[in-house]
Amino acid sequence: MTDTAPPVPSLWSGFIGIVRRDILLAWKRPGDVLNPLFFFAMVSTLFPLALGPSSEQLGSIGPGVIWVAALLAALLSLNSLFVSDFEDGSLDQLLLSPQPLTVLALGKAIGHWIVSGLPLVVISPLIAISFHMPDQSIKVMAVTLFFGTLSLSLFGSIGAALTVGLHRGTALLSLLILPLAMPVLIFGARTVSLSTSDDAVSAGIYFLAAYCMLALTLAPFATAAALRISNE
Amino acid sequence: MNALISGHDLCLFRGDKCLFDSLEFALNPGQLLIVEGSNGSGKTSLLRGIAGLLEFEQGEIHWEGNPLRGHYQAFRADLTWFAHKVGFKDDLNLLENLRFEQSLHSFDEGSVTAVLARLGLDLLTELPLRSLSAGQQRRVALARMLLSKGRVWMMDEPFTNLDSAGRSLVDAVLSEHLANGGSAIVATHQPLEIVGDVKRVSLS
Repeated sequence: MTDTAPPVPSLWSGFIGIVRRDILLAWKRPGDVLNPLFFFAMVSTLFPLALGPSSEQLGSIGPGVIWVAALLAALLSLNSLFVSDFEDGSLDQLLLSPQPLTVLALGKAIGHWIVSGLPLVVISPLIAISFHMPDQSIKVMAVTLFFGTLSLSLFGSIGAALTVGLHRGTALLSLLILPLAMPVLIFGARTVSLSTSDDAVSAGIYFLAAYCMLALTLAPFATAAALRISNE
Repeated sequence: MNALISGHDLCLFRGDKCLFDSLEFALNPGQLLIVEGSNGSGKTSLLRGIAGLLEFEQGEIHWEGNPLRGHYQAFRADLTWFAHKVGFKDDLNLLENLRFEQSLHSFDEGSVTAVLARLGLDLLTELPLRSLSAGQQRRVALARMLLSKGRVWMMDEPFTNLDSAGRSLVDAVLSEHLANGGSAIVATHQPLEIVGDVKRVSLS
């Protein structure tokens, strides 16, 4: 055995490793992934059924309903982000690995988004059709949801990390995340509403993109710090 | 010469109870530190403190002569951790788990087949870990130790759930690691049959 420290795999391989592992886990347990997606689809398709087929009414409430459903679906799935890693001891291994925890936290959040946020973006056009939304709004909806769900996964990972040691931390998690999620909800829903009346939407999209960048750069550091605290 | 890893004036409280106070240890390459003590005496806490998972009330860990605080990265490249919880995913099979391990740690890719054969796991690589017995899962955790190139092994109760063959395997694997110049810190309340340079810390 040598007297020097062994080489550490590259940051990229650590990041890709954890994203790939989480996608693989989701593939082996599809129920965990499909639950929030079903929730999203159910809530947002039940509204048109309950409110009646008036396309004017549906068009005006559609963006809000879809966005609220997306936010709640994200909160629902964020809860379990670190719980299984905490319970089976994988979290200790992550904390003790030579890879920076920030990179691994970013990997966890991106993995969560690929598994639970991206499917939401993909099925959102179908939901939008049931609300009689015009074509350009469907595109705006998908773009805003893209940035919005990514921000939610990243900021949500901070809350999930803070509550990982607590049993039944669901309510606390939602309380912690909601203030950070409000701008996403307000700008997301409003931007889509504006697009239904042919108003300019780029400002809202720019804001969501900027907010998403803020989440990408800040959230992994906060998540890493939170994981160290709550795993003591 | 500086010790590879040493602890100075360590003190830890759990609630109002002082688990240990002014505890000292120093470990050179090729040495084994056995942490002894009854249940609840703070063996696991001491190990977690050394690894940096929890903070001591007082005292410092030194790695290669320098304080560890702020330089965990270099230490962790050399650390392999083995605890009550195996730290693998139940839903993935052995190879998928090891593949993830490979992206985190230094990893001896060439000897995977040999190590799995030695641990009696070579026919179980396609099964999800949840269908393995508790003892087999411990052997999977042993595979992680054998495949890592880290110099310091930290093991918390390595004999839990293992049969007598498994126990002698742990003894043999540890002795080899020490003979190769590695170090280990092992918390246990069971006797170890190790050939090598052994130090002891007793917690009461």
